[in-house]
Amino acid sequence: MRIFDPHIHMTSRTTDDYAAMYEAGVRALVEPSFWLGQPRTSPGSFYDYFDSLLGWEPFRAAQHGIAHHCTIALNPKEAGDPRCLPVLDELPRYLVKDGVVAVGEIGYDSMTPAEDTALAAQLQLAADHGLPALVHTPHRDKAAGLTRTLDVLRESGLPPERVVLDHLNEATVDEAADSGCWLGFSIYPDTKMDEHRMVRLLRLHGTARVLVNSAADWGRSDPLKTRAVGDAMLDAGFTDDEIDQVLWRNPVAFYGQSGRLELDLAPDPAAVTHEGNSILRGGE
Amino acid sequence: MLNPRDPDQEAVGDIAPRLEQQLDAPAREWLRQALAEAEAQPQKSTWELHFASAGRQCGRAAALDARVLLLHSAGPDTVTLTRLYHQGTAAERAAVLRALPHMAVGKTPDAVPLVEDALRANDTTLIRAAVGRYAAAHLDRHGWRHAVLKCLFTGVPVRSVNDLARRARGDAELARMLRDFAHERTAAGRSVPEDLHHVLELALESAPAHPPEEF
Ligand SMILES: [Zn+2]
Repeated sequence: MRIFDPHIHMTSRTTDDYAAMYEAGVRALVEPSFWLGQPRTSPGSFYDYFDSLLGWEPFRAAQHGIAHHCTIALNPKEAGDPRCLPVLDELPRYLVKDGVVAVGEIGYDSMTPAEDTALAAQLQLAADHGLPALVHTPHRDKAAGLTRTLDVLRESGLPPERVVLDHLNEATVDEAADSGCWLGFSIYPDTKMDEHRMVRLLRLHGTARVLVNSAADWGRSDPLKTRAVGDAMLDAGFTDDEIDQVLWRNPVAFYGQSGRLELDLAPDPAAVTHEGNSILRGGE
Repeated sequence: MLNPRDPDQEAVGDIAPRLEQQLDAPAREWLRQALAEAEAQPQKSTWELHFASAGRQCGRAAALDARVLLLHSAGPDTVTLTRLYHQGTAAERAAVLRALPHMAVGKTPDAVPLVEDALRANDTTLIRAAVGRYAAAHLDRHGWRHAVLKCLFTGVPVRSVNDLARRARGDAELARMLRDFAHERTAAGRSVPEDLHHVLELALESAPAHPPEEF
């Protein structure tokens, strides 16, 4: 089972996770830029983070046989902090980088006017740079947040096939599907969305335009949830081809719209590490 | 040569023909146009966009060579080069380091801070790029010894270190550092990297009749 996790925050994960993910079949992932749990106080803090998503983290992933790409944006939680707003002006120099396959995560957190501005500006940046957009739907007041998100999307220059709406659930999937956008589902170890409910949704909505991710980060989360969905699909009678579509071909098709995916990593991590093994030896 | 594919170690005129052979027609055409623009309008930021997008235009494997050629054609000053390095992805930073011998700044020590920055990294692709021809010519003795040690620590093969034999030969201080490192490893019940013995042998050889210039 080959797996592409289209949304996972590896910066917060250990090398054990990378090894377990490889073991489970993960060969590619996209790491969206997001907040760190602790609010940032200056734009420079973002730039170091973005640089890491384009430097250190892809190197770490490659050492474990996993192709790493990222999405860059001013995230919804910090878009309302005036100390962070200068980041918006620096985004263009990041959006031209080879490893950047979308603008994201963008979207609403508390649905404030500042978030309106940041969302619209960044959708425009995606259109200007020929990139897709990863749009997160808010965890609080999700249904209203989705409706407002779709309004802003319609006013933007970005066609729906270039947008994925993420963190969807049973309550939001129909409206999201009607929009023509890609449908993203984050599978968590708690009640937000699990692999069995995901399988029921796949039965109802089919496997087209669906992306399944672990959204694993520093919170309670599990980087192997993509594999859990694959196994649950298998148990529920989905074919290998349908599983491959959801867990590999769909994310490749969505992020491939950037023209920047490079998935031809060495098949065996040993081949990657033989030249330099600073991770496996702990960096010492 | 140790690794004839490292673009800091070949004549810049040899890179383009070799690279063009690897590229398909659209990428070849893109490269020609990008190099022409870099040469004609080095002040315009268009070529910097080409520098950033070289990976998706030429493929990751060929991007290093393409970026080195772009830097050579545009010939940015040290300030611009430093900005490109610091605002670069790991792949772009490695290209800046590899391009140094082909640029005017390569004849000066002005880019040493970039090498030092890369040597602080833990990304072995950057460390490899940092110990190329420019470092061999411009790193001071202390910095160079630590670069060699860092390669041994991080598993970067010492054959990546440009001009290793000349700079290591007769270096008693380097020999001491290597012996101490080997002792630390042995005391911990760990093996000593094969490469260490090789460098130690070089360092223990008697110093050349004409000692290398002290930087
Ligand atoms: Zn996320």
